[in-house]
Amino acid sequence: MNRLFALRLNDWQIAAVLAFLGLAGPFLLPGLATQIAFLWLMVVFALTWDMLGGRMGYNSFGNIVFFGIGCYAAAVVQRDAGVGYFEGLGLGLLVGACLAVLAAVVFGAAMLGIRGHYFAIGTLGLGIAAGEIAAGWDYVGAGSGMALPLYPGELGQREIFFCYSLFALAAICFLLFRWIYSTRFGLALNAIRDDHDKADAMGLRTTPIKIFAWALSALFLGISGGLAANMIGFIDPRDVAFAGATFGVWMVLMAILGGKGTLWGPVLGAFVFHVTQELFWTYLLGWQRVALGLLIVVIVVFFPQGIMGWLAERRARALS
Amino acid sequence: MLDNLSLFFQYPSLAADVIVNGLLIGAIFALAAYGMALVWGVLNIVNVVQGELVVLGGYVTFLAVQAGLPPLLGFPLSAAVMFCVGWFIYRAIIFRVVDKDIFISILATFGLSILFQQLANAVFGSDVRTVDAGLGSLHLFDGTVTLSYVKLLAFLLALGAGLTLWLFLRHARLGQAIRATAQNPRAARILGIDTNRVYAMTYALNGALCGAAGSLAVMAWTIHPYIGLPYTVRSFMVVVVAGVGNVAGVVAAGLGLGALENVAGFVFGVEFQIAFVFGLMVVILVWRNAMAARKRSYLE
Repeated sequence: MNRLFALRLNDWQIAAVLAFLGLAGPFLLPGLATQIAFLWLMVVFALTWDMLGGRMGYNSFGNIVFFGIGCYAAAVVQRDAGVGYFEGLGLGLLVGACLAVLAAVVFGAAMLGIRGHYFAIGTLGLGIAAGEIAAGWDYVGAGSGMALPLYPGELGQREIFFCYSLFALAAICFLLFRWIYSTRFGLALNAIRDDHDKADAMGLRTTPIKIFAWALSALFLGISGGLAANMIGFIDPRDVAFAGATFGVWMVLMAILGGKGTLWGPVLGAFVFHVTQELFWTYLLGWQRVALGLLIVVIVVFFPQGIMGWLAERRARALS
Repeated sequence: MLDNLSLFFQYPSLAADVIVNGLLIGAIFALAAYGMALVWGVLNIVNVVQGELVVLGGYVTFLAVQAGLPPLLGFPLSAAVMFCVGWFIYRAIIFRVVDKDIFISILATFGLSILFQQLANAVFGSDVRTVDAGLGSLHLFDGTVTLSYVKLLAFLLALGAGLTLWLFLRHARLGQAIRATAQNPRAARILGIDTNRVYAMTYALNGALCGAAGSLAVMAWTIHPYIGLPYTVRSFMVVVVAGVGNVAGVVAAGLGLGALENVAGFVFGVEFQIAFVFGLMVVILVWRNAMAARKRSYLE
């Protein structure tokens, strides 16, 4: 038993299993392609949230804004550009990514000076305000949302296409973030988390660092928004694009469940949470959202250190 | 939008109608905000579930009226039921996060907020509910300014409840214990105050305040399961503007917010009123931060 917890899986072994699931999964389990695609989306959510929440100590409830901007940018471009499906999708993703980064820079310059719980509640307000504005704005379909163009390929091809796209996005996001955390910039993020004032005093230019980190999160969230909107085929302002009470909270929850501020924590949290959530949807029909609320409370209150934190504790105990 | 704005200035009685109605609703916000300030000051927790407690209080009155009770009896009943609910929430969840990192308590109460919101949706349905108190309306200035008596009553009851609690905190033994704990929990413990009980009472009192606010909200306005978070954010905003220990400030900021929100709803359209509430909070936080930064740069 002790040896089990002392055993340390090689990063490359985990990566190989994940890569196998990502590459072969859609073919081996075509019926689950949509679920697997959502899984990669969740991984992107957790990783991008963790950059601020876990590494930098800025707990944002408003990252969903960038996802929503990506959704709407792709939908509007694909509606109005008048080009083929894939050209429209590519252009939409590009515009969505740019707008999301722009929004992160603007909001970041205004809000990243706010600290602690003021930042958390402020970003929560940001996410909901964005959803309400989208729900009242006729140009983007107001409360009835927007439908996206149909995927031109054969039936069943669509899921596989988006499954691979989102897998690629999640993989790039993970590898890029992994590299970033190993650089000086990653250390600067941790310094801001551990003691903001000391980081300032040491001469770190904290404001640009914070804005850059948020913009990087926003980049991936914006692209994932465009892809997810096309995969779902329809965006509702409050339930898909700016879904603060579902996607917006899940981001936080997955990172915490896995263990925030760790490399594999967000990925692990996304896996565990997504599976749990799918089970809720299957077996607790009608009460799944109630169960999710309960799950949030239970995880936060009883398990705030996350799976990685728990494993580290066990390992430390097994070794001592 | 500009049409509405010019309409607003052309007809002063219309403007008066919008502003006065907003002020009356604002008393409900002030009541909920007072509860939030209490919990924030004593437990050092930003209670994100605040709005859901308001909504639940509204449903208690709604159910009481459905059962045939007179609507005004719903007011004390909601406060009493929500007092117990608050006590229970503290005993079940809040006491576990009270001395933890403030982000943990925000996330835990946010989870509770989602839980109650979905529970209300599953049990009561997503319909918009209201209770007719059957009191009629007061018409002023040839009927251009309409004040329903129930809003006036709600205004007075809200202020009365706030005043009662303020007196309680000033003069009652338990109220003094609550204030002592807010100032210095460790010293309060040394002097023999059971701080855990004080925390539970504070949270329960907050529940009662929210229940009272919710009861007034369902009589003077409407409730539905998803309206909780706006009440949380309004309370938060009011407390941020007024400060945690400032009762008069909380009342003034609550009334002001009610008036401002009603005017914004009139000018931008009702569909943007919630967006206005949340946007205003972001603006207030950014502005507050900018002011603090200015102060810091003076010091340098």
